Amino acid sequence: MSDQLLEICERVLARVGRDAEAEVTVTVGTDALTRFATSFIHQNVADAVRRVHLRVALDGRVAEAVGNQTDSDGVERLVRSALEAAALRPIDSGWPGLAPSASAPSVEHWDEATARAEPAERAERIGAFVRTAGELETAGFCSTKEETVAFANTLGQRLEGRTTIAILDGIARTATSDGSGHAASVGLSDLDGVDVGTGATRRARESADAGDLDPGRYEVLLSPSCVVNLLGFLAMYGFNGRAVEEGRSFARIGEAQFDESISLADDVAHPMAVGIPFDAEGTPKRRVKLVDGGVTSGLVHDRRTARALGAESTGNAVAGAGPWGALPANLVLEGGSVSREELIAGVGRGLLVTDFWYTRILDPRTQVVTGLTRNGVWLIEDGRIVRPVTNMRFTQSFVEALAPGNVRAVGSDLTLVGGATFGVGAYVVPSLHLASWNFTGGAKG
Amino acid sequence: MFDYAEAAVEAALAAGARYADARVMDRRHEAMGARNGEVEELAQEASIGIGVRALIGSGWGFSSTSDLTTASARKAGAQAAAIARASASVSGPDLELTPVEARQDAWANDVREDPFSVPLAEKGDLLSNATRTMKEHGADVALAGYDAWDTKKWFASSEGHRIDQHIVECGAQMNATVNGESETQRRSYPGIRGQYGTRGWELVRELDLEANAARIAEEARQLLTASECPSIEATDVIIGSEQMALQIHESVGHAVELDRILGWEAAFAGTSWLDLSQIGALRFGSDLMNVTADATLPGALGSFGYDDEGTPAHPVDIVRDGIWVGVLSGRDSAALAGLDESGGAVRGDGYNRLPMVRMTNVGLLPGTSSLEEMIAATDDGILMDTNRSWSIDDKRLNFQFGCEIGWEIKNGKRGRMIKNPTYTGIGPRFWGSLDMLGNESEWTFWGTPNCGKGQPGQIGHTGHPSVPCRFRGVRVGVRG
Repeated sequence: MSDQLLEICERVLARVGRDAEAEVTVTVGTDALTRFATSFIHQNVADAVRRVHLRVALDGRVAEAVGNQTDSDGVERLVRSALEAAALRPIDSGWPGLAPSASAPSVEHWDEATARAEPAERAERIGAFVRTAGELETAGFCSTKEETVAFANTLGQRLEGRTTIAILDGIARTATSDGSGHAASVGLSDLDGVDVGTGATRRARESADAGDLDPGRYEVLLSPSCVVNLLGFLAMYGFNGRAVEEGRSFARIGEAQFDESISLADDVAHPMAVGIPFDAEGTPKRRVKLVDGGVTSGLVHDRRTARALGAESTGNAVAGAGPWGALPANLVLEGGSVSREELIAGVGRGLLVTDFWYTRILDPRTQVVTGLTRNGVWLIEDGRIVRPVTNMRFTQSFVEALAPGNVRAVGSDLTLVGGATFGVGAYVVPSLHLASWNFTGGAKG
Repeated sequence: MFDYAEAAVEAALAAGARYADARVMDRRHEAMGARNGEVEELAQEASIGIGVRALIGSGWGFSSTSDLTTASARKAGAQAAAIARASASVSGPDLELTPVEARQDAWANDVREDPFSVPLAEKGDLLSNATRTMKEHGADVALAGYDAWDTKKWFASSEGHRIDQHIVECGAQMNATVNGESETQRRSYPGIRGQYGTRGWELVRELDLEANAARIAEEARQLLTASECPSIEATDVIIGSEQMALQIHESVGHAVELDRILGWEAAFAGTSWLDLSQIGALRFGSDLMNVTADATLPGALGSFGYDDEGTPAHPVDIVRDGIWVGVLSGRDSAALAGLDESGGAVRGDGYNRLPMVRMTNVGLLPGTSSLEEMIAATDDGILMDTNRSWSIDDKRLNFQFGCEIGWEIKNGKRGRMIKNPTYTGIGPRFWGSLDMLGNESEWTFWGTPNCGKGQPGQIGHTGHPSVPCRFRGVRVGVRG
């Protein structure tokens, strides 16, 4: 397959000719997703993905074009569109040029059976989830995605990669509560509908008939899905070269901005990761330390922000990211040695939170974010879960939440969570016990 | 193009579907962005393909391909049926789609100036000049951009529909960000999401970005030294029409989507606090509150001739005199809810996305007050506008919204500027406190080009007719 894709890349570059710099990415694959709600499959889709992304620079005049046709007419239209647009553009003073030829790490997160998964295999796992929940109503999805990507540019860079990911994600519902279960892996065979359904059902039952709790500051025990949400904001608004360049970021390299138990990196080669080992500009990915023992130690860059800040691209360019800049697709928060039971036992008075919902930033610099809890919240007192609590709204600085002294424990439950906060990549994270979280209102106001 | 759609439908029926429909979609998108006086991005995207739906028993299947040949269309139709058969293995209640007349028709929106025919150089000059002006007037980061879409659709169904539509949309936005010692402030024009409509480039010309660039940059810088929004448990709040569009979108529009009410989005976008058994009786807001979903409004972003199930666009009452009376629906959700007809609110984002319930133009009907009259009638309160942050719970009940700018109101006069204004509330309690409603001269058809919903994710284009409003007893100034 990838040979065919590189051949398309070559045809595109040949049509561009020698008068322009150019880079082209061809992506093909299958994106299949089966949704269920009120305990039946109500939406079930499969998309045969094909996408060609071309960027050209004519003496520093840059333009992009995207198409989904790869026959000669389609290539002709794509190239003409990009070249004509570039010719009319002013010179881009920030144009960093193309990525030089370099090999990418030998990383392939691929499972052949997942790439070929049939709708019946997704339905089978959903059926197991639904049956496991018994009389409880259920909802969620099972997806399989396979993607093969080829990249080429006029500096001779040639790269290819492929990846798969399967996700089973669902809730079970009582009359008064929801409980969720999540699983993600490079392979569909790792996903067990009974297992995920059992967790969701237990959380739904254990959070039923929840009572209100007064807003205020509480310790929190955040599950991996909450931690992914939190890290997404740090990535988008903090460890992002463009945010730093524009003065919008909190990140100050070399300063101990986080608790010493926090070590964070972007690492596509992590054994639990998914994704391909190069970015949208053809820069090979490498492990980028963002926080090392609490000290802010790095940023992610595309070629533009790297040039602006005198750094090197870290291989984190995202196609079409525009003014947002570079983003890590494979954040890994180093796990600790504390089991889930020990994490709960370590909480004096606090809340165990399953998921966050609708988190939105109020101020990028201070990382103050508001959002709500979802799918199960419990009050913990003296190391024991004592009762379920209704959902609450929080307004909390995410940087402050992880500041020195604020992380009480890091869980050993390192988990791949499919679907990062801003839709780029998938993160590997543990649970976190934090000293303080600012809950500013109950679900009823 | 109809031949491909009909080939796909025939193949789905041959593979066992009892109903099938198909859309061929040919779409162009152009987006340009400028930063600090220079055009930084120009992206042009063209996509064409076909998406097919098939119904077997009560199970749906959807398949799409960008390979537009008769053979591929037939293959997609057969695959949609195979997927529908898998759906039927975990099946739901019996389903008979609500009836809709099988029309053969064509529709196009009114466009005075094709956005794709305006020279790129002219469009680039507009954005670079606007951002340069913002920069010169104090912005640390000045951004401006426009988007234009040209969408052609050909829809055919096993019931005999044959409808083609041509929809052109465009709009623009800009914002100025300033960095203080430990904060950032931003002002946007004309709103955080810009302004978009089913119109041509004339919409962008009317916005007159350059004439507003200096003002928003200066306001952003003034915000750095403005007073913080006070924390008050209950005060009067006047909300400008741009923020009201967001308020309507989040706390009314999503809440009345029938798929959410039926629980179809329970695990992701969420459900709704509304219970169908209360339709026609539940008080959603004060008597002043009248909301419609009307896809026939000329130029509004959520307008079309037919939805993606072939249902003709028509106005639907959502809230009448404060009472909840209607929902946003499609043929299957309406049938399962026991409604007589589809609300014509089903659309898909591209050929490769399953059509689903989306907002059309969900908005407030105007009242009788002007903004100045609202200010004059307020002894002690806060005026705020231009959305900055938005968060609402999964039942669309508990919200907290932030605005870019606010002003104190004392004794009927607009006072000092305040920064970081936020307000929070519970939907029906908040809407119940609505006591002044902007008049027709303030009625603006705001367009939201980025409404996310569904899995795989879909971006919807929705419209929100809106006016400034006054609410009583609102909690403001929630702090982090």
